[in-house]
Amino acid sequence: MGYKSIEEINEKIKKGKAVVVTAEEIIDLVAEKGVSQAAREVDVITTATFGPMCSSGAFLNFGHSDPPIRMSKVWLNDVPAYAGIAAVDAYIGATELSATRGMEYGGAHVIEDLIAGRDVKLHAESYGTDCYPLREITTYINKDNINQAFMFNPRNVYQNYNAATNASDRTMYTYMGTLLPHCGNVTYTTSGQLSPLMNDPYYRTIGIGTRVFLGGAEGYVAWEGTQHNPDQKRGENGVPLAAAGTLALIGNLKEMSTEFVRAAVFEKYGVTLFIGVGIPIPALDEDVVEKASVSDSELFTDIVDKSGQMGVVGSASYQQLRSGYVELMGKKIPTAPLSSLRKAREIAQLLKKKISRGEFLLTAPVAPLPMHNKVNKLEVRRPRNED
Amino acid sequence: MKIKVYMSFPADKVTKPVTYHLIKDFDLRINILNADVSLNKEGRLVADFEGDEANIREGLGFLEREGIRYKLFNKSIIWQEDKCVHCGACTAVCPSGALQMDKHDWSLTFDKEKCYVCELCVKACPLKVMSV
Repeated sequence: MGYKSIEEINEKIKKGKAVVVTAEEIIDLVAEKGVSQAAREVDVITTATFGPMCSSGAFLNFGHSDPPIRMSKVWLNDVPAYAGIAAVDAYIGATELSATRGMEYGGAHVIEDLIAGRDVKLHAESYGTDCYPLREITTYINKDNINQAFMFNPRNVYQNYNAATNASDRTMYTYMGTLLPHCGNVTYTTSGQLSPLMNDPYYRTIGIGTRVFLGGAEGYVAWEGTQHNPDQKRGENGVPLAAAGTLALIGNLKEMSTEFVRAAVFEKYGVTLFIGVGIPIPALDEDVVEKASVSDSELFTDIVDKSGQMGVVGSASYQQLRSGYVELMGKKIPTAPLSSLRKAREIAQLLKKKISRGEFLLTAPVAPLPMHNKVNKLEVRRPRNED
Repeated sequence: MKIKVYMSFPADKVTKPVTYHLIKDFDLRINILNADVSLNKEGRLVADFEGDEANIREGLGFLEREGIRYKLFNKSIIWQEDKCVHCGACTAVCPSGALQMDKHDWSLTFDKEKCYVCELCVKACPLKVMSV
């Protein structure tokens, strides 16, 4: 049964009268008052995550020099950016490594430097054309002297993610952190009961066009994320039991803050970007509220052996993972998080405050995220169109 | 006076009651921080020694005579807390339990007393806020 529409909720937000709680606070509220009462009382539930998201980057437009150059190769602080688009457009990917410093500095650091307002060295080369005669340029840019800088992340906000361990006899250095031999530890990386898509498992309120908090600025869901996998196995509560849906996000980098966007280096793996994302869920009806009141004890994920020897070695609830230990093959194994729950909570509270003050309005999806999608494997084969 | 000592025992010395002698013969207060000792294998022990300076010196002399190699910790881990995002990646590798997540507010906590400066966190920290 529907209680309120997004328009009605936005009217309350504008009047400063909306009741906003976080996806953790709703758990206690539902336990205390029941789903029906909670759904009547609450208008918005805020979710958040702050974790390493490799599939991130930013589009930049540098403006034209005089004489102009059709930048075909671009480096920012010696980190290559993709320039195979229009003359002075480029895309700086988070995981790209510095051509001179290797793994200690990469695209993520360039992004953090830009957000911090620091000058970044731009070097570009070209083959020279009649309309763009200049062949080389070196200068300094920052977020205020370039035209556009918008983050576009092809895959963020994973709906659940597999926890990792290592059954081999040597230490592994991975994007899931340092994994000790003989299943010496387990790492996990979601904010569980606070995580956006865990609280809206069937993408009822989160879809294309949804306004979100992205790295300190307002952003939007642009599309389904790459490797979006809504067909993943699900529990009785509808929440996927392993890595599933994803979101492609877009937002104005110039308005972001280094409080919520931080460059990172995983030892012997490479560079990545920690990003803070917050997504509000409109408490439309009992179904939405019930799904958003899910707690860590009801959320499970697979534990995968990253050495590839054993595949999925077990499953654990986020309550177990958060306890500090999980039982795996008869052994008690210490667990460690990789995404910051403290920062995620900070974002959920900040978004709650913004909505309560009338500074952040909700949106209905312009189009829904796909509910079915085949995730293909890459096969090594001959072309089919070759006879 | 208090010092932090890393000791490594050759396999044939593992059965020797070293801590007993340090306490009994040199009046030292020994606080074992980490131990990895098993029969017929090289052993490893990290401990705080507390006592008179002279007694500590004699205790270390005793270790030398017994053929036990030791090194003193004169370095310490520096945690730039203001730059930390409290992700928890360092806790995945910390063998001493010095780095732990606070289970209530999910902040990183660092107990310098427990740390024996193995430096694993320096490499494991994605934000590079740990150094020696």
